[in-house]
Amino acid sequence: MSKQYGFYVDSSYCSGCKTCQAACIDKNNLDRGVLWRRVYEVNEGGWKKVGNAWVPNVIAYNVSLSCNHCENPLCVKNCPTTAMHKDSRGIVTVDENKCIGCRYCEWSCPYGAPKYNEKKGVMSKCNLCADFIEEGKDPACVAACPMRVLEFGEMDALKKKYGSVNEVFPLPPGGITKPSVVIKPHKSEADVKSISAAINNREEV
Amino acid sequence: MEREKEDKGIITGSRRDFLKWGAFVGCAAAMFGGVAEAVKAVEDKTKPYIFADKVIRTGCPAHNCGGRCLLKVSVKEGKIIRIETDDRPGDSIEDPQLRACVRGRSYRNRQYHPDRLKYPMKRVGKRGEGKFERISWEEAINKVASEITRVKNKYGNSALYVPYGTGSYNQVNGRQTANRLLNMIGGSLGFYNSYSWACTNIATPYVYGTKVSGNQRQDWVNSKYIIMWSWNPCEMRDGTNSEYYLKKAKENGAKIICIDPRMTLSAVALADEWIPIRPGTDTAMMSAMAYVMIKENLYDSDFVKKYTVGFDSSLMPGGCEKEESYKDYILGTRDGIPKTPEWAEAITSVPKETIARIAREYATAKPAMLYQGYGIQRRAYGETAVIAGCVLASITGNVGIPGGWAGGIALQADDGGPFWNIFPEGDNPVNAKIPVFLWSEAVLRGKEMTAADGVIGAEKLDNNIKLIYAVASNALINQHANTNRSAKILSDESLVEFIVVHEQFMTPTAKFADILLPACTQFETWGLEDGWKYGDEVILMPQVVDAPYETKSDFAICSLVAEKLGVKEKYTEGRNEKEWIAYLIEEYRKTRFPDVPALKEFEESNIGVYSTPITKPHIAFADFRKDPVKHKLNTPSGKIEIFSRQLFEKNNPKEIPPVPKYIQEWESPFGKEADKYPLQVIGNHYLERVHSTHDNNAITNEAFPQRVFLNPVDAVKRGLKTGDKAKVYNDRGIMIIPCRVTSRIMPGVISIPQGAWWTPDENGIDRRGNVNVLTSERWTPLAFGTAQHTIMVQVEKA
Repeated sequence: MSKQYGFYVDSSYCSGCKTCQAACIDKNNLDRGVLWRRVYEVNEGGWKKVGNAWVPNVIAYNVSLSCNHCENPLCVKNCPTTAMHKDSRGIVTVDENKCIGCRYCEWSCPYGAPKYNEKKGVMSKCNLCADFIEEGKDPACVAACPMRVLEFGEMDALKKKYGSVNEVFPLPPGGITKPSVVIKPHKSEADVKSISAAINNREEV
Repeated sequence: MEREKEDKGIITGSRRDFLKWGAFVGCAAAMFGGVAEAVKAVEDKTKPYIFADKVIRTGCPAHNCGGRCLLKVSVKEGKIIRIETDDRPGDSIEDPQLRACVRGRSYRNRQYHPDRLKYPMKRVGKRGEGKFERISWEEAINKVASEITRVKNKYGNSALYVPYGTGSYNQVNGRQTANRLLNMIGGSLGFYNSYSWACTNIATPYVYGTKVSGNQRQDWVNSKYIIMWSWNPCEMRDGTNSEYYLKKAKENGAKIICIDPRMTLSAVALADEWIPIRPGTDTAMMSAMAYVMIKENLYDSDFVKKYTVGFDSSLMPGGCEKEESYKDYILGTRDGIPKTPEWAEAITSVPKETIARIAREYATAKPAMLYQGYGIQRRAYGETAVIAGCVLASITGNVGIPGGWAGGIALQADDGGPFWNIFPEGDNPVNAKIPVFLWSEAVLRGKEMTAADGVIGAEKLDNNIKLIYAVASNALINQHANTNRSAKILSDESLVEFIVVHEQFMTPTAKFADILLPACTQFETWGLEDGWKYGDEVILMPQVVDAPYETKSDFAICSLVAEKLGVKEKYTEGRNEKEWIAYLIEEYRKTRFPDVPALKEFEESNIGVYSTPITKPHIAFADFRKDPVKHKLNTPSGKIEIFSRQLFEKNNPKEIPPVPKYIQEWESPFGKEADKYPLQVIGNHYLERVHSTHDNNAITNEAFPQRVFLNPVDAVKRGLKTGDKAKVYNDRGIMIIPCRVTSRIMPGVISIPQGAWWTPDENGIDRRGNVNVLTSERWTPLAFGTAQHTIMVQVEKA
């Protein structure tokens, strides 16, 4: 494999505005309920009355996530028809002609990236805006971000620039699939364990 | 939001620093050519857009979101098939890309919504019932023209009214087209001020003698310490890129504090520390901060002596030497209540140690910004909160310096910033104006209204409002306070006798129309916009697709009415929409942008935007800071007025104190009303929509569903968990909507984001979550402004 493209996600400055999500929907004409890119809101914490004050011990941050085009994609491994495959640019993509819509990929992906297209009866997923990349443009989500927290590039370059963190809560350990993503954690991510944080916007993702 | 034009010197006004601008804009002109080439180079490299017939850069339709962004729209077979955003190369802080937000990127859902209004209609049921029948344009225009003539002849022009409405700011679409129409036939009752920033608009000049109290945003990177006080640019934008400039400031080392009852999107993305505060108590915390600064001698006494009046008894303005100074109030010299952090903790719910620490940090971290968002002033005594913030900026010496921030409304230095609408409305022969928030009073008892109700331009009104011409406005029913009251008033046909509405959808306001006229969207006509509050650019909005069905631009509709009323030539001056935009570009050339390209070049370049890169941001009050004698402020003393003699002379010290004081609100957790209604509500801005625009957009709805947000402490007491239906109510109304339990809002406070479309069921219970079924029509004492955030409610499981 010559190239591996991926994303950099600066969670520390992500507001959760979901412009990336909307840009993805527009670019790919996605139906409601099908989110190739979505934003997880992590939030937890309690409040204590101290004197006359309410004092929070609350954390919150956002993780914008699409398909991570993993080095070891379980979706590809578990696809019974080879519809799900990885191309020479490292893009994991689904061949709709081969896909039988069995949804094994959806079940096996620890990131929930493949999404079922009910109209066509096949799987669908982020293809890294391959057409845009060909044109020398950034993927739609990256070009959209008002806070400029998303970046696209070859993984070697992204790692060199931003390090190799590829797991933050609520993502699974990076070792499982080796996701092609580098994440800068939000400062609150360090408190996730002590505060037992959870995804707080399940109804939105 | 409506910009006040009168003191901004728009087209006719003088520009005090014209030469400097000329030099500035000269560079920009060179830049425009450069950008055009760069954009072209990018396009040449890329594949031709084979999937689209054309790709047009245009402005995102300006619905008063707080931003003005650029869209790149792909069109195939007459339909928009893709919306991208600003892709100009060289995204820099001097001239950043104007990236659209979730709403702009979801626009196709709104544009091609099956519920678009398609034909002119007349009401067939009771007013407000929402029953309509299709009619011809001819019949519709005849009716509108004849009703205008009838009401004008029977009552006079002052019975006609074009209400507040911020659905469109694109020149030939929007409310201004109706104002011009009525001005051509004798005028109509006017209004002043806005729903967004009534208190800060009125209060800021009492302190500074001007509204131009904001530095250009590129200066924010020079700040070491930024307090975002009730300021949430990630959700309301407050100028495209404001959140991005703050990111840059933080990267540059600034510490950012966010003071807000909600842990907002901005707090999560930008704040080093979030400090929740009880709504409506901001002045108490600010006063306690001043207490710490005075007690610990942390304030800038040299600045105070040289540049301000009213701080202490030695600095009182003439004639008020014996009155209570700011220091007297803070130390409790006269009222016996020192405004200590302990005192403030009980009011604000902010720990006393935190208040003291923030006071010390802000006073010593020069230069520092205390930026007041607008939420704190859409409240009972919003004026005092504005002034209190300005006073803190002043006593810490943060006025007139890079990295500092004077506070208040903070229009952009040094010229006041963008103009918004420049479509000429003409002169209004009716001089009388009402405060915008009091329109329903003018319906009920206009003839009784005088200066006591904020009337200006006349001693009293000589009419009640009898005809409403609403364009791009969902303010009448949905966005005004106390929806059930507004609906009752408007459904009474003996009060307002005729209502015409131009709309794109069947909004709650549109349902109250007698004649409902289908307006096209901004993509379907021509437009032009400059920045929002901040910004140094002009954005061209070419017509991208044809207007569908029988829709027309607001200008075109008004032209038809004008023709029927015999003033077509006067109204149109022979121009169509595109020709008006060409004309208006020339107006920009005469003012802010002498080198903006003329329409032909602008359109052919397909850049969409002409911008002025800002390398040396203007600092508000820099001249005054340099020489306060030569560059006096436009206040009675010529200085910053911590004590205002003008306010003193209002002779209403309990509600309009001459120095900023904390005043308990008329609906408060500390009042008797809290026994029945213990929770405060804030109706914050929400990314699902722009005020009420986009509330029917399925994509933004999916991203940000409407809910009532409440703290686990309050939820547990009521047996509520996320997803449950909650009943929220007070004496004014009831709603039932799903709830989201979140620790991101403080106990005792709930959030019902404003702008959801009022959807009453057969029992009058709102099922969509329009916060205004709960809000009050009571206005603030000085600005006659909205206090829609000052409300108390109860919540229970539905």
